[in-house]
Amino acid sequence: MKDQTYLDRESNLTPGISKISAKNVNVYYDDVQALKDVSVEIEKNAVTSFIGPSGCGKSTFLRCLNRMNDTIDICKVTGQILLEGEDIYDPKIDPVQLRAKVGMVFQKPNPFPKSVYDNIAYGPKIHGLANTKSDLDEIVEKSLRRAAIWDEVKDRLSSPATGLSGGQQQRICIARAIATSPDILLMDEPCSALDPIATAQVEELIDELRENFCVVIVTHSMQQAARVSKKTAFFHLGSLVEFGDTEKIFTNPNDPRTESYITGRIG
Amino acid sequence: MALNGVFYSLMILAFLAFFVSRFLTLKTVKGDIRRLHSRPVYYGLNSLFLTVFPAVILLIVWSFAQSILIDEKVKQQIPENFITEDAPLNLIMSEVDRLSEGLKQLVDQGTLSATKVENEDSELFGIEDKLESAGVFLSSSISPEVLSASRSKFAMEAFGSSTRNWLAVLVSVLGFFWSLKNSTAEFRARNHVERITLFLLGTAATLAIFTSLGIVLSMIFEALRFFGMHPWTDFFFGSTWAPSFSAGSELSILPLLWGTLYISFVALLVSVPIGLYSAIYLSEYASKPIRAIAKPLLEILAGIPTIVYGLFALTTFGPLLRYFFGDGGFLGVEWMSDSRSVITAGVVMGMMLIPFVSSLSDDIINAVPQSLRDGSYGLGATQSETVRKVILPAALPGIIGAILLAASRAIGETMIVVLGAGAVAKFAGNPLEALTTITTRIVSQLTGDLEFDSPETLVAFALGLTLFTITLGLNVLALYIVRKYREQYE
Repeated sequence: MKDQTYLDRESNLTPGISKISAKNVNVYYDDVQALKDVSVEIEKNAVTSFIGPSGCGKSTFLRCLNRMNDTIDICKVTGQILLEGEDIYDPKIDPVQLRAKVGMVFQKPNPFPKSVYDNIAYGPKIHGLANTKSDLDEIVEKSLRRAAIWDEVKDRLSSPATGLSGGQQQRICIARAIATSPDILLMDEPCSALDPIATAQVEELIDELRENFCVVIVTHSMQQAARVSKKTAFFHLGSLVEFGDTEKIFTNPNDPRTESYITGRIG
Repeated sequence: MALNGVFYSLMILAFLAFFVSRFLTLKTVKGDIRRLHSRPVYYGLNSLFLTVFPAVILLIVWSFAQSILIDEKVKQQIPENFITEDAPLNLIMSEVDRLSEGLKQLVDQGTLSATKVENEDSELFGIEDKLESAGVFLSSSISPEVLSASRSKFAMEAFGSSTRNWLAVLVSVLGFFWSLKNSTAEFRARNHVERITLFLLGTAATLAIFTSLGIVLSMIFEALRFFGMHPWTDFFFGSTWAPSFSAGSELSILPLLWGTLYISFVALLVSVPIGLYSAIYLSEYASKPIRAIAKPLLEILAGIPTIVYGLFALTTFGPLLRYFFGDGGFLGVEWMSDSRSVITAGVVMGMMLIPFVSSLSDDIINAVPQSLRDGSYGLGATQSETVRKVILPAALPGIIGAILLAASRAIGETMIVVLGAGAVAKFAGNPLEALTTITTRIVSQLTGDLEFDSPETLVAFALGLTLFTITLGLNVLALYIVRKYREQYE
């Protein structure tokens, strides 16, 4: 019965292919409400992008999906977020285990001040994904290859990751995130600190990752959203204004606010 | 004119200079501030600086030159044959200084007139009583030679000082009038004021540097005097510390260095884990209200004077240890004969260093960017994994720097070891035994009424210099490590 009403509302989605379903999510920072009643269905093996002007709550919502907001004392989340049918805000859920399944890449490249190898091996080591050194080597190589940076760093695995260029650092962070083999990859403006060439490389990478992961990306660049994502959500002033196929959002949006934003009249 | 008269005159002139030149400048533009090159206050300040600074510089330079010149003149007045083995020149000179100082005091009090001191010899015999009632005590009765030297010193000083004071006021007045010609709209008063301010700031910085340089130089010279009297091989490579003021002292730094390093090691053993853990707790785990209470409470420890820690070691902690480990004590062992020991001083010194280590480490841990924590949490790391594997390695160079700074404080610490460590200079391994440190020996070698002319007293400078070299080396190393670490995030 519950499923029925929800299907009525979001008729273009079927529950079978949704990975994350968020219902009526509200987020408060102390007394300030940052998110109002957001409900979204995020598909498996697809790229979903969140767009909207600064301060619209898209990053906040992204951080709700792996409970990164828990590290902020004043942040309070209400509503329900289901990951494959399980409520991730259930007290029984350990946020540590959740975050192992839901990887995250941040706006600014944040490699640890360790070697390239140790950066990638960090996640697999703490989760015990590799029993032997050769297993670990394999995971590191595979992750670096998938992040399209293996060729650039294979000869300097033991040199510090902080010495790489910004674009390389960001791809190291992506490799680090996929090394723990998460189901979902959250990316918070991963290209905002990168130049166009590095951006193109990361976008290409996102396109490849789509085959194995469910990718959610927050971006300020509407072109980027149009290029990489299958679904797009437009946030404005803490509410979800419109959510649907990217093509539809960008060519024939339902809401006048969406149209104003993508044509550059507000934002 | 007396010196405070000069100060009052300068203050009045400065006050006048500021307002007169400001007023004159404003008058030239009929009150329209926008036509001035600088804001009116700069014209006032420029005048004020020109009125005060040349006069003050004259006062300072003149005073130095005067005291050197007069000293030289007075020395020449003392007859050659008056100087003997028992009464060397520097003793006579200090007698002369005291007497002329006493004469000046009597004149200031009005008991004696200045003209009498300068002209009438006979009036001055038997002034010892007067001097004594004025609070000036002389070691022996006044000899005619000393008296005449003191009198001429008094006269020269009186003349020199009054000339200097009148000249200073004159310079100040000249500066005042000269500065008034700059009261025009075109004059770049701001640039001048800023240049003078810059010079003042530079002088302040230079003074601090020269002071430390002076301290180091004086230590080096005294230490060199020591090495002239005592073989340096014994000091650096001997094995015994046994100063005796009669003869045949053995003055080796090694047993003292052993005690110093041993006690500092115990202090670090206490302070580093506790300080570091409390820093980790405060910066990573404590909630805001707990942090707001705990951090200031911890830092209260840093505000306790070290002598109080020393008292605590002497009267509370030492006897407590002795109650457990001492003769007929709680545990029935006889490991400790005195309440002063390496452990007593080391543990109490460790307590003193806890806030030092914890607040430095806390700052360093807080300087690790939040993005690294987010990155680690985002990969599913727990809080303890994040602390152990990301934050501490990132902060490690800074923490090592903090530990080295704590070590250099431990090595240089004096009051706790004076009261808590004991006075036995030897190479002992038992931490419940008393040992002594470099700083303690410096204190004991220089306590009492001493002349700095024997190796037993001068050794203090050699000890101090060695100590200074060690702590300086540690500080430089610590700063180097901390700086290198800082570059990582900038």
